[in-house]
Order: sequence, then C-alpha cells, then structure tokens
Amino acid sequence: MATLTPSRAGTARRTTIGLKVLMAATGLVFVLYVLLHMYGNLKALAGEEAFNTYAEHLRTIGEPMLPYGGLLWVIRVVLLASLVGHAYSAFALWSRAGNARRTKYAAVKTAMRTAWMRWGGVFLLLFIGWHLLQFTILKFSVNPDKQGPDVQQNPYELVVASFQVPWLTLLYVLAMVALAFHLSHGVFSAQQTLGWTMTPHAYRRAKLVGHAVSAVVVVGFLIPPLAILFGLIK
Amino acid sequence: MNLTLKIWRQAGPRHPGEMVTYKVTDISEDMSFLEMLDVLNEQLNAKGEEPIAFDSDCREGICGMCGLMISGEAHGPEKTTTCQLHMRSFSDGEVITIEPWRANAFPVIKDLVVDRGAFDRIIQAGGYISANTGSAPDAHAAPVPKPAADRAFMAAECIGCGACVAACPNASAMLFMGAKVTHLSELPQGQPERMARVVSMVDQHDEEGFGGCTNVGACSQACPKGIPQDVISTLNKDLRTALRG
Ligand code: HEM
Ligand code: SF4
Ligand code: FES
Repeated sequence: MATLTPSRAGTARRTTIGLKVLMAATGLVFVLYVLLHMYGNLKALAGEEAFNTYAEHLRTIGEPMLPYGGLLWVIRVVLLASLVGHAYSAFALWSRAGNARRTKYAAVKTAMRTAWMRWGGVFLLLFIGWHLLQFTILKFSVNPDKQGPDVQQNPYELVVASFQVPWLTLLYVLAMVALAFHLSHGVFSAQQTLGWTMTPHAYRRAKLVGHAVSAVVVVGFLIPPLAILFGLIK
Repeated sequence: MNLTLKIWRQAGPRHPGEMVTYKVTDISEDMSFLEMLDVLNEQLNAKGEEPIAFDSDCREGICGMCGLMISGEAHGPEKTTTCQLHMRSFSDGEVITIEPWRANAFPVIKDLVVDRGAFDRIIQAGGYISANTGSAPDAHAAPVPKPAADRAFMAAECIGCGACVAACPNASAMLFMGAKVTHLSELPQGQPERMARVVSMVDQHDEEGFGGCTNVGACSQACPKGIPQDVISTLNKDLRTALRG
C-alpha cells in the first residue's frame, strides 16, 4: 500500500478536533464563571447588605491597580470571547455533522444526547441574552408591584422583585435544567476532548465529575430564586 | 421462522434507491444473518430477479467486510459482526429493516455494499510504522510493559468494519482512528512517527468528510470488538501534543 507524505503539524489546528479543543477550553471557562456566579447569588441568603456589598466588591476589586469595575470588564471580555469561540465551534461542527450523513437512515434511534447539547445550547444562548438584558444591561423589573429607580438601582431589590413573579422563576428553573443537561455531558466531554481520560478509571471519574458539577450548579443556582418565590427571602 | 425484510435497493452509485419489502419463510434459528440473506437471494435468482448485493468475506468475524444496519443497529442487536449474528436473535414474524452504512465518506456502490476506501486512505496517511527489511528482529528485542502491550492488543482488535461511523450521530470515524493511533502509540515501534502520524490521519479524516466527535459513545456500543471510548482520548491527547510542537 502506498503511503502519503505526512502533513505539517499546524494543519491539524483547523480540524474537527481543533474545533473541539476550542469548545472544551471555552466551556471550562464558563464552568469556572458559573461556579463563581453561583457563589455570588447565594449571598442573597445572607441578606441585602451582603449581596450588594459583594456586587460592589466585584467592581472595586484590584483598585487602585485597576480602575473601578476594571476586573469586571476583564471578565466580561474573556466571557464574550469564550462565548463567541464556543458558539462558533458548536455551529461549525453541527453543520459538518449534518453534511457528513446526507442520506438518513429509515430506522435508527435518534441521538438524544447530541440533540440536547445542540438545542439546549441554543436555548441557553437565548436565555443568556434575556438574563443580561434583565439584570445587567437594561435592569428592568417584571414585577408590576415593584417598579422605579429604587428597584432598578439596587441589585438585591431587583432580584427579589423579579423572582417573586412565578413565570420568571419558572423560566429560570427551565434554564437551569437545560444547563444541568448541558454540563452533565459537557464537563465529561471536555475532559475526553482534552485527552484526560485515557484509562477506564479516569474515564469513569470524568463522567462522575460531569454529573457532580451539574448537580451542584442546578441546586446552587435555584436556591435563591425558589427561596424568594416562596417568601423565605423578602 | 417467517420474516418480513425491508431492504435498501440501489442499482448503482448514481442511482436513486428505495426500501423494498420481501418475505422469507422457513428460516432456521441456527442460520447466520448472511445465510438468511443467501436464502432470499436464491429465491430471487430462481424468479430471475436481481439478487441483493451485500459484502462478506471471512464470515467468522475477523475481516470487517460484512457491516449492515439492521433495524437501526449497526451489526444488529448483538455485540458481534453481522456474519456472526444468528437468526435466534430475532423472533418469528419480525419485520427487519436492512440498510447500508450511511455516511458521505462511505458512498453506496450497490444495494447494501459501501465503499470504505476512506478508511484505507486514513491508514495510508499515517497508520503505519517504518521497519527495516531483512531478517526479522528477535521478538523480545524491544521490551514492552505489560499494560501497554495489553492496551495495544485491545486497540489492535479493530477490524475496520465501519460500524462506529455508521452508528455515530455525526458520522465521525474517531473510534476507528483512535483505535489505530492507540495501537501504535502504546508500542515502542510506533514512537518515531507518533506525532506526524496523528496529524496526517486527522487531516485525512476531515478531508474524507467524516463529522466531528461529540463523545456520546454510540460508536463503542456498536463496535463488535468492544473498542472503548478512551482510545479517542488518546487520539486527542496525541494531537494536542503534536500541535504544541
Ligand atoms: C438562577 C440563576 C441566575 C441568577 C439568579 C442570576 C443572577 C444574575 C445577576 C443578579 C446578575 C447581575 C450581577 C451584577 O451586575 O451585579 C447576573 C449577571 C450575569 N449572569 Fe447570571 N444569574 C443566573 C444564572 C446565570 C447563568 C446560568 C449564566 C450563564 C451560563 C449566567 C450568566 C451571567 C452573565 C454572563 C452575567 C453578566 C456578568 C456581567 O458582565 O455583568 N447567569 N446574573
Ligand atoms: S472501532 Fe470497532 S466499529 Fe469501528 S471500525 Fe474498528 S471494529 Fe469496527
Ligand atoms: S464477513 Fe468477515 S467479519 Fe463478517
């Protein structure tokens, strides 16, 4: 059998595995951010003062080396770049996979997990858009009884006012369930893509880490909204 | 047993195809799946109809020629090759759908026969070692640690049947490629070309039009040799190492 001339190393950067490495690395950035964000949200349990001080700290951290809100902007830029990289590789691989099998099977089980990752990811993207408009960009209240600058300018008040509205809490519950599905496979998948699962033992551990992270994230994120909805936090 | 078969018929690579329904009667439970198709083909021959084209060679589970998608499962309901699948795995009166592997990189030649040349080209790109000709070296000239030898043997069980591609929701060939890369990466003989190999094979894989891996593991479930997903991790690790230069 004739053999071919080997390719140059750099060429593999543009392959499907190169794209997957980009997706894995950016995904892990999100996981770290989400854990941090969850910790911040849980401050709501400690009351208005603790929560708002934390929000303020996020802006003053690193002063005077960094300007007011400096670190927050660094984080925002990193997150935005990660979001672009993550979504780009996801859509590129999605369309490649669609083209890799143009004639479909008449009888085949559908791959639920792959569909969950893709459509769930689209849903999360829409949710993040909504979530940022609501709490960061426009800071609007969906609670008809609690309106005005006092609510909008006070992060704690805005969160409490918002989650007293059942449909909004439901939206967040759905989003967190979608996030849990996304992470339970995603965290495992990233480890596999980065080549950390070369033994059966490491493989099983990677699956376990995926389930653990997703469980911690859902429970941690849902505690404040549900506590507000059921009147434990006012 | 009596069965209803829905089989993909396609006259040639550029012809449109369709599912055609056939009935077979008095099939013995001890027949292999391919023998059952042989019975159907004898009936078709007797009626002067075109027999169904399907691939097979060894009929003992080692050559990898015989892959069929059987009612949505690559190589059917058991963890084995289609030639080693027996009719006792089905029940009397069952309706069985039989399709070729579906992937653009595996074009249909006729009916159930696909061209798996893409696998050969991936091997040609890097799935080899260079060895001096002349007298064979002593078998124990290069010591191999037992766990490495075991893993290499495990990966070397891959017969290149393509079931992993057929079962993959993305029509990706990562399990096949992972098996080949792991087989050679675990052994001293595979080291000199290790980094060049993985880059060339992955480039060729993408060039052939296979999809990317989503790590869902449909491949390992379909693989008649039980190649585990961790070989894909080794493939990814080797590629990442190669990229770092
Ligand atoms: C129940 C769940 C969540 C609650 C209650 C919540 C709450 C908040 C609040 C109050 C802010 C504004 C923080 C501030 O500016 O002081 C915020 C910002 C943000 N959240 Fe969430 N969040 C939740 C889930 C998520 C999830 C799942 C993600 C993404 C995976 C996410 C991504 C973000 C991002 C990117 C920001 C913007 C950070 C910035 O640049 O200011 N959030 N969230
Ligand atoms: S990895 Fe398994 S399913 Fe894929 S080609 Fe090799 S033997 Fe067949
Ligand atoms: S005919 Fe050789 S493996 Fe089935």
